Amino acid sequence: MKDNMSLVGNEEKFQSKVDAEEKVEPKDWMPEKYRQNLIRQISQHAHSEVIGEQPEGNWISRAPTLERKAILMAKVQDEAGHGLYLYAAAETLGITRDELIDRLHTGASKYASIFNYPSLTWADIGAIGWLVDSAAIVNQVSLQNTSYGPYARAMVKICKEESFHQRQGYNIMMTLMQGAELQRDMAQDALNRWWWPSLMMFGPHDAESAHSAQSMKWKIKRRSNDELRQQFVDQAVQQAQAIGLVVPDPDLVWNEQRGHYDFGAIDWEEFQRVVSGNGPCNRQRLAHHVSAHQEGAWVREAMAAYEAKRRAVPAEVA
Amino acid sequence: MSDQLQLYEVFIRSSRGLDHKHVGSLHADDAHQALEYARDVYTRRGEGISIWVVASRDITASQESDCDSFYDPLDDKPYRHAAMYELPEGIDSL
Ligand SMILES: [Fe+2]
Ligand SMILES: [Fe+2]
Repeated sequence: MKDNMSLVGNEEKFQSKVDAEEKVEPKDWMPEKYRQNLIRQISQHAHSEVIGEQPEGNWISRAPTLERKAILMAKVQDEAGHGLYLYAAAETLGITRDELIDRLHTGASKYASIFNYPSLTWADIGAIGWLVDSAAIVNQVSLQNTSYGPYARAMVKICKEESFHQRQGYNIMMTLMQGAELQRDMAQDALNRWWWPSLMMFGPHDAESAHSAQSMKWKIKRRSNDELRQQFVDQAVQQAQAIGLVVPDPDLVWNEQRGHYDFGAIDWEEFQRVVSGNGPCNRQRLAHHVSAHQEGAWVREAMAAYEAKRRAVPAEVA
Repeated sequence: MSDQLQLYEVFIRSSRGLDHKHVGSLHADDAHQALEYARDVYTRRGEGISIWVVASRDITASQESDCDSFYDPLDDKPYRHAAMYELPEGIDSL
């Protein structure tokens, strides 16, 4: 009984701290569900950074120029770094890297569904950088104010590094749109395929979002899925028009009253299909991660063996 | 001052949500004592809400004299900066 009372007291204190916009730091008391909720969200975010390297990595060896290749490598390298920042933030909550990777491999933990679509042409690299990174940035900017300190600080670092990602993608699209008809068609085709999955990145509508209410109360999430999605649409439509691309949505129309674009219905059945494992590349993405992890085992073992040997050498010899 | 005293580096978080920042160093017998000394030396005016102390000998540092060979390859990648990519007129939200 007494324990119950103090738990209730703790939760109230915790909530009022969060309400006052104070950050939660790793060694603070926090409700177990807050911890689990954060582990779920941060690890899903980390996995997305890492799995997202695959559709882009697909084009590194086939980039049209050496400069584009160097740019793409620099971007993919950044994404690997983002994965690291986020795994490290998740680990401050008392979970190990091995457990996090294991949850990814068993499917217990998800990653952004959009990376289950294939990157078919060079224009897809443009569309990914422009749309997928833009969508990620809209979300990440809002998460710079998330209540958990290590997550918020990781977001600040990541947002700084993201600034060139969307621009290089947009620059690819712009260059293609200034090219021959075949190139313009390629850019338009990429937009057609990536537009709707990009809108789905923000998750279900607010009314249907399973984790949203509690996450907002704990200030893990700062803005709702629909708000973020609207901001993304408003920006991206303008950007598309500026370079002559047509957003593939017949219902898209500027709403003077709202001061926003109205847009058509999202195909949530497709979203569910891809989330539940049946998108075009789900199995391939996961299998590739598993095999890369397994094939890297000997490197980890060699490093551990070297370290053990180094420690075994008496100090005066070393 | 006894020979056994160790050097500790002191890091302070000035308020919730911010990183711990290096503020200086001090000598102490052990980490616990270093923490108390750090409190007395560095937080007399409410400078912080959390202190980290780290034995200086546990810090591995890069050498500034090695700067050229250590960082050099990073200087020739202007494409890592958003400013390299020009935007069409009227587009500023990228
Ligand atoms: Fe990223
Ligand atoms: Fe990115």
